[in-house]
Amino acid sequence: MNAEADYTPTELLACVAARLLEPGKSVFVGTGLPMIAAMLAQRTHAPGLLIIFEAGGIGPQVPVLPISVGDSRTFHRAVGASSMHDVMSISQAGYIDYGFLGAAQIDRFGNINTTVIGDYDDPTVRLPGSGGANDVGSFCHRTIVVMRQDSRKFVGRVDFITTPGYLTGPGAREKAGLPAGGGPYRVITQLGVYGFDDLTREMRLVAIHPGVTREDLRANSGFDVAMPDDVTVSPVPTPDDRRILREIDPTGLVIQREK
Amino acid sequence: MEVLEQGSGELIGWHDPDENRQWIRENKSRDLIDKRMPLSEAIGRFVRDGDLLAMGGFGHIRVSMAAVYEIIRQHRRNLTMAGKTAVHDSDLLIAAGCVNRIEVAYAFGHELRGLSPASRRVVEGGGCKVIGETSNAGYQWRFLAAMMGVPFIPSRNLLGTDTLKHSSAKVVTDPWSGKPICLLPACYPDVTIIHVPRCDLYGNAQVDGTIIEDFELARAARRVILSAEEIIPAERIRDEPWRTAIPFYLVDAVVEAPYGCHPCQMPLLYYFDEDHIRSWLARSKTAEGAAEYFEEFIFSVAGFDGYLERIGGTQRLHHLKLVEELRA
Repeated sequence: MNAEADYTPTELLACVAARLLEPGKSVFVGTGLPMIAAMLAQRTHAPGLLIIFEAGGIGPQVPVLPISVGDSRTFHRAVGASSMHDVMSISQAGYIDYGFLGAAQIDRFGNINTTVIGDYDDPTVRLPGSGGANDVGSFCHRTIVVMRQDSRKFVGRVDFITTPGYLTGPGAREKAGLPAGGGPYRVITQLGVYGFDDLTREMRLVAIHPGVTREDLRANSGFDVAMPDDVTVSPVPTPDDRRILREIDPTGLVIQREK
Repeated sequence: MEVLEQGSGELIGWHDPDENRQWIRENKSRDLIDKRMPLSEAIGRFVRDGDLLAMGGFGHIRVSMAAVYEIIRQHRRNLTMAGKTAVHDSDLLIAAGCVNRIEVAYAFGHELRGLSPASRRVVEGGGCKVIGETSNAGYQWRFLAAMMGVPFIPSRNLLGTDTLKHSSAKVVTDPWSGKPICLLPACYPDVTIIHVPRCDLYGNAQVDGTIIEDFELARAARRVILSAEEIIPAERIRDEPWRTAIPFYLVDAVVEAPYGCHPCQMPLLYYFDEDHIRSWLARSKTAEGAAEYFEEFIFSVAGFDGYLERIGGTQRLHHLKLVEELRA
């Protein structure tokens, strides 16, 4: 990590994630960094970004970081305050461009585990379960994963497929009956940004964060992630970005402020 | 239709639609009767040992904690919980030994606040069994199927995953598109308790803000208890009938319970009591700490009014109101 950087890893993550969200699109968000990235995008390059929450908040102007995907801030000055049935239905019907997810574990095809670490019948750790994650990963046109990367999280095979990535490879989603054309688009970690190969559907490096080396990436992955030569370097957060992040998360609930 | 795949999760809450139609005909009244009763009576009559319980609300939002405390106070046992983003309610009910089986869409985690020590300890120690997995839409649409009076509803989630493998869903070939599709079985919870901002004495209820899953849940559950911030005259319902989210013929009991969500959020009225939740999470790291919490806030107080005094009374509640209104 670049010792001279004047931003923190979570600030960088939020900015990288926010830049992926295009104006005039819709995004289904969950707690924490995904919400922050969407709010940052809304306050910078994508003011018309349509933010959707699984409890029914539609198109809010979020005043301050919600603690929960269902709390009243998620329908503040919104165009709609509806129901889970409504927002899940429109997702299934094709209205949601981006879905944001976290992950405890991810594999080379972008399959995500948030259910158990270890064996299902005798887990080492019982995690909360899918929540809306399986639905988001099944329905949104493009899924973006934001997660911490280390060799126990980037694994050859997840212990449990909670949420579908590309399952076993090209065509597997469609063969299982999932809506065609969907799937993971980007995985953003504190080290870099990954995409998925058009042909093999395997994860490959797209961008590397400033100050991070390929050795860092290899050391923090439990499998051989493809790392082509031509990758970009992520842009650093601007002072404006950092100021807006402080407005969004004034108590530092998610955005780490000091290094 | 040929069944291509079948999840191994236990099927709970399913009834043959003809059986449930008969049950509704015999057990639910369409008459306009005064359903107001004390919370202790509502829980005593309509929450039985062994029931499948689905709480209204979502996580820490619009959850009838007054009812949760009363279920614990009355020492209900062997409840199966619908873990449909069940967080604070299930955490306490599992820790208190009331719930020993749970089907999980989302549980054991307090979202950004972290994982719940108490219910995870009980599950990992074998005191509560996870009987199946699903997703939020997976649970939501099970209630939709029950609401519609049909045995299942098709959906395009869960496919290809271990979530489906551990669910009670089935996969068939859609006879129109020829593609595999997931079938979610109807779920009729034995009882639900939904907290609403207002309802009349018959049970006609309005909900402000998002209704989340409660529109379908109120129409799926066999017994519906409403806890309300306030009971309003029936005329106010008839002034704006389009605002009625839950009509009277679904409802079995009406309980007046101002601040009934504390420490959860009641949208537009009062915010989460983060200090109280944080205290629960810290104290419930041990079984002894959880037991002390229950003694302090449930067993040693006379009822929910006593609880509200314990948590700081009107001064605390007023502060939470200001925070909710973005004024503090």
